[in-house]
Amino acid sequence: MPKLIINGHEIEVAAGASVLQACEQMGIEVPHFCYHDKLSVPASCRMCLVEVEKTPKPVASCGLPAADGMVVHTDSPMVLKARRGVMELLLINHPLDCPICDQGGECDLQDQAVAYGSDHSRYAEAKRAVADKELGPIVKTVMTRCIHCTRCVRFADEIAGTPELGGVFRGEHLEIGNFGGGPLTSELSGNLVDVCPVGALTSKPYAFRARPWELQKTESVDVMDAVGCNIRIDTRGNEVMRILPRLNDDINEAWINDKTRHACDGLKLQRLDQPYMRVDGKLRPASWPEAFAAIAARLKTASAERVAALAGDLVDCESMFALKQLMLALEVPHLDCRQDGATYDMTARAGYIFNSGIAGIEQADAILLIGTNPRHEGTLVNARIRKRWLRGGLRVASIGAAADLTYPHRRIGGSPSAIRDLINGRDAFAKTLLAAKNPMVIVGAGALARPDGAALQALARELAEKFNMVRPDWNGFNVLQRAASRVGGLDIGFVPQAYGLGTRGILEAASSGKMEVVYLLGADEIDMDRLGNAFVIYQGHHGDKGAHRADVILPGAAYTEKDGIYVNTEGRPQLAKQATFPPGEAREDWKIIRALSETVGKTLPYDTLTQLRARLIEACPVIGAMGRLTKAEWKPFGHAGQVAVQPFEPVIANFYMTDPISRVSPTMAKCVTEIQRRDVPEAAE
Amino acid sequence: MLSIRRIKRLFLYEIVRGLALTFMYMFRRKVTINYPYEKGPLSPRSRGEHALRRYPNGEERCIACKLCEAICPAQAITIESEPREDGSRRTTRYDLDMTKCIYCGLCQEACPVDAIVEGPNFEYATETHEELIYNKERLLANGDRWEAEIAANLDADARYR
Repeated sequence: MPKLIINGHEIEVAAGASVLQACEQMGIEVPHFCYHDKLSVPASCRMCLVEVEKTPKPVASCGLPAADGMVVHTDSPMVLKARRGVMELLLINHPLDCPICDQGGECDLQDQAVAYGSDHSRYAEAKRAVADKELGPIVKTVMTRCIHCTRCVRFADEIAGTPELGGVFRGEHLEIGNFGGGPLTSELSGNLVDVCPVGALTSKPYAFRARPWELQKTESVDVMDAVGCNIRIDTRGNEVMRILPRLNDDINEAWINDKTRHACDGLKLQRLDQPYMRVDGKLRPASWPEAFAAIAARLKTASAERVAALAGDLVDCESMFALKQLMLALEVPHLDCRQDGATYDMTARAGYIFNSGIAGIEQADAILLIGTNPRHEGTLVNARIRKRWLRGGLRVASIGAAADLTYPHRRIGGSPSAIRDLINGRDAFAKTLLAAKNPMVIVGAGALARPDGAALQALARELAEKFNMVRPDWNGFNVLQRAASRVGGLDIGFVPQAYGLGTRGILEAASSGKMEVVYLLGADEIDMDRLGNAFVIYQGHHGDKGAHRADVILPGAAYTEKDGIYVNTEGRPQLAKQATFPPGEAREDWKIIRALSETVGKTLPYDTLTQLRARLIEACPVIGAMGRLTKAEWKPFGHAGQVAVQPFEPVIANFYMTDPISRVSPTMAKCVTEIQRRDVPEAAE
Repeated sequence: MLSIRRIKRLFLYEIVRGLALTFMYMFRRKVTINYPYEKGPLSPRSRGEHALRRYPNGEERCIACKLCEAICPAQAITIESEPREDGSRRTTRYDLDMTKCIYCGLCQEACPVDAIVEGPNFEYATETHEELIYNKERLLANGDRWEAEIAANLDADARYR
């Protein structure tokens, strides 16, 4: 632990920390461009120069390890002069186009030029101009503004694992670009806009739409996948302008994927803004009381055995809990929150969550992926595996469909029989797992959604126990859920009650005419044709598949429009905050269910969200541990049985369109046509 | 006792002085003007009705940087923007509530391209409130109508900046 003196104050820092980190620890601001917390250190911009006693010249603090007895000055005349000089050089080729630059107002160069630069320019010669590069539908480029900090190049190489960016030519002629041409293929490319300290890389969908100072900032949680990335929703008026990542080292670090970031423009389109009722085969606008009356009439005549409720992927815990209570009051047993039809065992919480935690991946030294493509199912989980792999000493193997995961991995097989082989030690990776200190298995929720899911779950548990993955200090059994609402729904118990049917059973019964009423709470991913002639109530926010089939539509709120608890795949409950108001007549989902319960005559015992939450936490205490991980008790789960031989299929066919919001998003549509079309051979046309 | 005050009162001194002043002004130059047929002089810096200017080639100057919106102390300006078809940064909406405006001139100070200016026109009273909420079209039309005067004023003031 080196001790050094900075500006006359002594400080002790962790071994290996740089002088710049030591300064930041003390709260001293050292200007910098190329240095980024989560990236490697090139020390190329020279903006972070400080004076170290007994060195003849100022030194770049980001690349200088703090050493014992060092005496550092960050505000001596020499440092100020050096910074002014560096700034002058950086500004030589930087255009003076701040008024039309989208980075204006949140630009490192702008801020630091004001704080540390000179008040005038001595440069009267011609400035250079650089041709813009085409980086696809997410990132807009104005390469003349580039100051060559190479943060984008390092991000693409290190974090995204798609080394598509680079610099060519030297000195004055250096250019950053993707010289293979074509759009960036990374799912994390939106983060390039965040890491760029100037306006060279800006967001294309957000181009010219707003200024940072006119945006209202709401700290919330993402629901596009089950990772639960922390996000900041920037709104102007009642419109979501953009979504940015929020730093959380336990989950998403400083990154979010492109769907999280840019699907928000789907929030404005195809919204359900008033109740509808099907009259003579056509949906017609209705009032809330009319819609409720129609539902109440159907629920009264139908026997409880012939009513079912399904919860979708984007639903918050509160509304699932309210709907469950309403259904229990009506004595309805057929509930399920797993619209993918999964039948795995959820008696043990450890059997359906990511027990190691996402940060736990960094302690793993052997990872086995079963039936999952984490790059698509949990992009930030994949980024964490890649981060761990970069540090060295990690072996990854996968059982499932072949995929590019951005790090080398050995594909053991494509079907569940490979798991049995591994348990029996018939594969070389078994030795790796046995030798590993912290072995880990990640089972995809898509694999568990197969009809033989419960048997697969038991098989995975057997594997985890065989390779000593579950110890008091380490639990390497992980399920990577796909939907934001899933773990919450399972925790609440939005699952078939005694003798009730699951999703598959409900659809089976409905298609043979044995279901009279089906309540879809934001459930769009089921096969609507199989609902038969059941009376379908759809409560949700987008006019997607569910709304098209519905007999009554109750307009709800999207995730940016309500306060709600979401439990991510780790089992970590997090609060999503309301940033805007639902459109038109639409209301927050729990309020709709509460109002409906009154019409049905089974009034739910709460009038405010606080009361509802109190009940929810009373019934399900793990959800009360907001933002924290609760260790799940390890006990047997899964049902031993025959595992089918057919290979694992990729569960996400189209990463950019997985839910009602991203399906209507124009930006996601562009990603599909411009990025994915490129991967498909010409023969597909 | 005959004091000076009493003598003055006897000869109506104050009235004579007052009437003398009155008569004096009858022969001086008149300061009132026959408004609206005659008008007084205006400083090049006078801040009247707003206008959005164009470049000589007809291209609108405003680049939607929103600095005027940000600096406006009365929050009278509302701007929305997006890329135009040719990819340039332009406003799709530029609303100015003339009844909120306090005519401080900060918008024209903030403008990096001299697009929004307060021109010399001060005769734009209306009978309804709505007519005083200007949109982009109206502001650009103002600019077209007053460009000669605005340019001359900016020119006259340029050497003091």
